[in-house]
Amino acid sequence: MTAEIKAKLTPLDRPNTYVGRTVSRQGARKAVAGAGQYTDDISLPRMLHAAFVRSPYAHARLTKLDVNAAKTAPGVALVMTGKELAERITAPWLGTLTCFPGMKAAPQYPMVIERACWQGEPVAIVVAQSRALAEDAAELVEIEWQELPAAADKETALDRTTPVIHPDLGDNLAFEKTIGSGDVDAAFKAADIVVEETFRFGRHTAVSLESRAILADYNKPAERLILYTSSQAPHMIQTIYARMLGIPDHNVRIVAPDVGGSFGMKIHSYGDEVATAAASMALGRPVKFIADRLESFVSDIHARENLIKARLAVSRAGDIEAIEIDVLSGAGAYSQYPRTSVFEANQVLTITGGPYRHKHYRAKATVVYMNKVPTSQYRAVGHPIGNSVGESLVDMAAAACGLDPLEIRRRNVMPDDGYPAVTAGGIKVKELSHQKCLAALERRMNYAALRAEQAILRKQGIYRGIGIAAFIKGTAPGPNGYYGIGGAPISLQDACTIRLDPGGGIICAVGVTEQGQGVNTVMGQIAATTLGVPLDQVRVISGDTDATPFGGGTYASRATAIGGEAVLKAAGELRAEILSIAGALLQAPAGSLDIVDGHIVDAGTDRRRISLKEIGRIGHFQLHELPNSVQPRLSVTHRFRLLDDLYILTNGVSGATVDVDTDTGFITLRKAWVVEDCGRIVNPLLADEQVRGGFVQGLGGALYEHCIYDDAAQLVNGTLADYLTPMAGEMPDIDVAHIHTPTSVSELGAKGVGESGTASAPAVVMNAVNDALRPLGARVTEQPMTPEVVLRALGKI
Amino acid sequence: MSLADDSLEETMAVTMTVNGERVSRAVPVRQNLIDFLRTGLGLTGSHIGCEHGICGACSLRLDGAVVRGCLTLAVQADGAEVVTIEGLTASGEAADLQAAFVERNALQCGYCTPGMLMTAAELLASDATPDRDGIREFMSGNFCRCTGYQAIVDAIETVLRKRRRLA
Ligand code: FES
Ligand code: FES
Repeated sequence: MTAEIKAKLTPLDRPNTYVGRTVSRQGARKAVAGAGQYTDDISLPRMLHAAFVRSPYAHARLTKLDVNAAKTAPGVALVMTGKELAERITAPWLGTLTCFPGMKAAPQYPMVIERACWQGEPVAIVVAQSRALAEDAAELVEIEWQELPAAADKETALDRTTPVIHPDLGDNLAFEKTIGSGDVDAAFKAADIVVEETFRFGRHTAVSLESRAILADYNKPAERLILYTSSQAPHMIQTIYARMLGIPDHNVRIVAPDVGGSFGMKIHSYGDEVATAAASMALGRPVKFIADRLESFVSDIHARENLIKARLAVSRAGDIEAIEIDVLSGAGAYSQYPRTSVFEANQVLTITGGPYRHKHYRAKATVVYMNKVPTSQYRAVGHPIGNSVGESLVDMAAAACGLDPLEIRRRNVMPDDGYPAVTAGGIKVKELSHQKCLAALERRMNYAALRAEQAILRKQGIYRGIGIAAFIKGTAPGPNGYYGIGGAPISLQDACTIRLDPGGGIICAVGVTEQGQGVNTVMGQIAATTLGVPLDQVRVISGDTDATPFGGGTYASRATAIGGEAVLKAAGELRAEILSIAGALLQAPAGSLDIVDGHIVDAGTDRRRISLKEIGRIGHFQLHELPNSVQPRLSVTHRFRLLDDLYILTNGVSGATVDVDTDTGFITLRKAWVVEDCGRIVNPLLADEQVRGGFVQGLGGALYEHCIYDDAAQLVNGTLADYLTPMAGEMPDIDVAHIHTPTSVSELGAKGVGESGTASAPAVVMNAVNDALRPLGARVTEQPMTPEVVLRALGKI
Repeated sequence: MSLADDSLEETMAVTMTVNGERVSRAVPVRQNLIDFLRTGLGLTGSHIGCEHGICGACSLRLDGAVVRGCLTLAVQADGAEVVTIEGLTASGEAADLQAAFVERNALQCGYCTPGMLMTAAELLASDATPDRDGIREFMSGNFCRCTGYQAIVDAIETVLRKRRRLA
């Protein structure tokens, strides 16, 4: 390697780099041995257990609540009602953000005070020596309700005859927003061809295998609250609980031990968890609450319930001219704090049709409240919906123009050399690679052969469908976007504190958190590479507000893109300090030294001079060996945020093949492909598995998952037996490939990857199903695409 | 569902062998085996995902067969031999499978993993040699929200082929 080339390489490109290399996860080694430690695995001395009385009605007035019998039941330490809890908090939540002008929301108390607004809303907490005894006592709470009519249907939520859930708001309207560009009306008027359709998306929920879990430990003499909780965002929870319970932030410590899946669902604030903390404060004893699966279904946030009317104008030659969508989004009874319940609709507006070059776009969203579980952010917020709608329209346009689905996309995607650009939805985009992704997908699918096979199968009466769907995904949001300017207590930057300890070990404490994606491993890879030490010399700490610098946690595919850059910067500064200390010790210019494999070496020759362990020993113990002018810090904190960009946008394209049984309506997934561009990849295997896992989560919503409510707003399938999730037998193998267009906003160049699969799977499988049904003149427009939906589309039922 | 104070519960004396160790306890008659193992014996490696027999997170071995710990009462295990993920690990029986899970990243959050391993170990111990679809079928009683299953199938397939000397 010439000196010139070597000079241009960053430490990330060094021959011994861990960045770009698959290494296994320490957390995985622990988990396979059954040695993980999740919240419910923690027991504390004098610990008590909580169970909740919840509203059986979607909308009802509390006419009697007598807890005396429960209070005296065996083993019971405390029963607290919603009213009593309300007296212990500073103020209710208000789920609005100023970035959503005109948005209305009602104040939300942690538990029902006099009126329940959804089935499952907590009413009272019962704390006892065991969960079983707490549940026994909860049965003894005497409670009478006056049932009220419920708002159960988003399509009638604004009708005069529908009860207004929060009279102070005047109606059930949460938010309205319209965005647009160009001259939509003229474009549709002048269009050769207009395709239109109405799409329905069912409600679903996260179903993390580990449910929500919290162990609250209030130390009365110390006035200190410690919460062990299965959370993605410990610092946010710290701020919110401190405010709500009237404790200074610095006296609240949040520890997120191993987290058994979260997917956005564990980034919100929940009334039953606040009640658990308040109970611990009242008792001065640890109180544990583990949501059981049945209460998870009626208390974890829901998502995705949307009805969308959409149309697209296209020229006869196949150029997309304009898109218009009208979104009706069904929120729950309150706007979830602090991220609100209108974000999903907002994302649908901005990303629909996002891969394409059309200039005319109008999108309107109406978000309404209903007497159902509150909705909010769940993996890939809005993208599964927006991509499904946009990509369905594009396929319909292709069929109308007589173009192949791949061809119409090639014709209309933003060109790889056309950035920076602005989408018709108003998103500034740069460094995307739609064209490269399409070309790679075509190759990997062996698309032409699949089409040829499909034609043969059709003659045999087999309805094979081939789907293609492009997507964009907003990842790693910046502070100039929604939460930052919206006023939320959510950190959009992230942080790393890295230090050299006396034994030569590197401790890397980060504000982003681990839920099994491999965040800790990835941060360790970046730190080890930047510093020049073996990976096993680095220990990453996350998920503890006492031990880590303040950060936003893991959400919106931000951990590597934002947290990773903070690690890179912090490790780079520590490296510089170590080299200058070494320079002082060795009486050599720092610039002539390097760190390789945990040793200070002569740059260029890699001759070993002194180990990092020696620097640690001298820097902490034998300071007399250093000149007086050198005061070691050996600890660096760095933070990173986006400056002007709203997001780091990513893109990709998926493919899928399915067989549709036109007699039974059953869809068999055969194979799927994803080509996506998350910039620089730190750990290839972990990135691939994020895509695969996310894709299957998207398939769940597209094909099976549905929170089904009846006319009285009762959830009728709230068990894991009735709410269907993807299982191994039905899932396909997924081929994953990447295009690498690093983002220029950071040195690391990483974009988010965790939600891309989820963002695109529903669109591509819907297109595949409709590709199968097209010769029959049928079209599925509803998710989940159950056999019943397919048979209805075929006119068979 | 944990139970703390025995005096508040109707209990029954049971003796069983858990991971090779004999244990005698008075267990509440209504307590699930999974709760007894987790809270009574501190064996927190087996997890609880649904408590109604669907997710498989609580899978463990009872007298040689994999059962749902949430659908089995602790008193039903009286006189039985119980093996949990902790025992499976200590015996080394599934060391190759566990290593393959780590190498293939066949787990993310790891919450389903002990149950997956108990189920997969049963397949490996049988004389069946299923193909990928067969493995998927066999594993269909264990829910994983994170991985999308492909890596799990890969890991099991790798070990199956090695053990059957097919690879
Ligand atoms: S916890 Fe036993 S099957 Fe889910
Ligand atoms: S690894 Fe998280 S549920 Fe399987």
